[in-house]
Amino acid sequence: MAKYTNGIAGIWEEEHLILKAARKTRESGFTKFEVISAYPVHGMEEACGIKRSWIPYVTFVAGVVGLTAGLLLTWWTSAVNWAVNVGGKPFFSLPAFIPIMFELTILFAALSSVGALFYACKIPRIDPPSIDPDLSSHKFAVFIPYNDTGYDESRIEKMFKELGATEVKKTEY
Amino acid sequence: MMKRSPLVLGNKTLKDVTDDICAPVERFPSKGWVGLFLGAKTLLLFYIGILAAVVGVGMGLLGVNAPVFWGTMIVTFVFWIGIGHAGTLISAVLFLFRQKWRTSVARTAEAMTVFAVMTAGLFPLLHTGRPWLDYWLFPYPNQRGPLWVNFRSPLLWDVFAVSTYATVSMVFWYIGLVPDFATIKDRAKNKLRRTVYGALSLGWRGTAKNWSHYEMVYLILAGLSTPLVLSVHTIVSFDFAVSNLPGWHTTIFPPYFVAGAIFSGFAMVVTLMTLVRIGFPEFKNYVTLDHMEVMNKIIMTTGMLVGYAYASEFFIAWYSGNQYERFVFVNRAFGPYGWSYWVMVSCNVLIPQLFWFKKMRRSIPVMFVVSIFVNIGMWFERFVITVTSLHRDFLPSNWGMYAWSWFDTGVLVGSFGMFLTLFLLYLRLFPAVSIAEVKPVLHVGYDEKGGHH
Repeated sequence: MAKYTNGIAGIWEEEHLILKAARKTRESGFTKFEVISAYPVHGMEEACGIKRSWIPYVTFVAGVVGLTAGLLLTWWTSAVNWAVNVGGKPFFSLPAFIPIMFELTILFAALSSVGALFYACKIPRIDPPSIDPDLSSHKFAVFIPYNDTGYDESRIEKMFKELGATEVKKTEY
Repeated sequence: MMKRSPLVLGNKTLKDVTDDICAPVERFPSKGWVGLFLGAKTLLLFYIGILAAVVGVGMGLLGVNAPVFWGTMIVTFVFWIGIGHAGTLISAVLFLFRQKWRTSVARTAEAMTVFAVMTAGLFPLLHTGRPWLDYWLFPYPNQRGPLWVNFRSPLLWDVFAVSTYATVSMVFWYIGLVPDFATIKDRAKNKLRRTVYGALSLGWRGTAKNWSHYEMVYLILAGLSTPLVLSVHTIVSFDFAVSNLPGWHTTIFPPYFVAGAIFSGFAMVVTLMTLVRIGFPEFKNYVTLDHMEVMNKIIMTTGMLVGYAYASEFFIAWYSGNQYERFVFVNRAFGPYGWSYWVMVSCNVLIPQLFWFKKMRRSIPVMFVVSIFVNIGMWFERFVITVTSLHRDFLPSNWGMYAWSWFDTGVLVGSFGMFLTLFLLYLRLFPAVSIAEVKPVLHVGYDEKGGHH
């Protein structure tokens, strides 16, 4: 499929080696490479030069929208559209509306954060190619796409081998 | 230097972790599991029958009457929703506090939350008496005015709180499961399993960039779930506290309910975990005795918190000088329902005191029995709060008793059928310990070479 790119991948079996390999790959000038692991490896973001996730901004905005939506919903239905006198309480009974506003804040913020995660990770995705089935268990990989700057198969293969890769293969990712 | 005991026993490698946790999903179910499942499923069918009768014939089958308008359904609703809270506490609050021991129990505790909330959610819907009109609970434009829902009512706050809680807990749980589904998909030997778990894993591949976003969202969801879980039981307690009935109208209710919820939830986690350890012995290396001991400490602490709440309620009832308030409390302990009050006090306050002794905290049979007592005690706590306050209020001419019928028993017992069926299915179909979360804590308690401290 056209969505996926060809390239070369090295496979490692030790956590400290993959960290080293990721750092070295970045220092060699590659920018479009991916590091694949079965769990979040401590220190990997720094090794790959990944910036802090932008998702919290989405969470904040969605939370504010949820809060406002809760306020508008309760105010408009209780005080504007069809105001009903309940036990002589004010039509706009703000303290009583706070639970609704709070719950909608949380609901909007949580669902939008997950939506942002889906967008950022481009999931759901149907049957994406996998370099090695053990990558979701106990192996680690670095993948460099063919269109990355300074892509040279023999040079990359040599670098991966020197970094302790147990396997190097041409693949689609 | 303090030595940390390992969180995962047995010097596991990354591959061992994957193999161990995926094993129950991949092998043929054991006889024990099938036996339990058939039992739970039969109970579920019985439950469906009971609920069908209650819906078909009407609420009159249950013991609710004047003056006890709230009965088993509301009592059991609060019971189950409270149980759910421990799951969120373990998965979200302990995550924020960086309590690494939570990793191996978090998944199952969250599963318990989701199933307990599902079980609980049915009760208020059925208690309306005409569940086919339950969509009236939501504010939607309608042709009756539009006549909107009453946002000043705690019962409506409950609609929002419980539905938000159910949604967010399920999403949090599912996001945690995604990488593990990908693991099972990659190991799958047959096409069906590969397709099903592949779809569930959403095509997750675990690149460093993805993990970076993933960890951030996990933190955000934990941060949002923490105030959410506190708000839910606070709002459940508002159902009572916002009314003017003596015994309900107290400001202590929100913290008292939240403490009780954590208490009962941890008891349920211990009950389930002891059974999981028996049914799946490979999990003993992940859910260790240290884990169980920590949870037992929490049970004892929160047990004393609720004990303190019982005492201060009594004190304030006397100190307030309000004769109705005072009467309700004396009636609770020494009236016709006094037995239920003392069942509650013994199960919730006295029995957990056993956990002062380390031997008791680390004994599986003892903790199993204690956790069952706590479950019973916490159901009775909600019974005491609901029924004893309602059955004798201001006017003696208005007094009565709850007419417990065998349909009440059926509803209560049957709800366990629903919960256990879901839980047993979960143990078979989902990885019951978070694979991706356990791997980073494997080294805790071991030195560089992998040996024990």
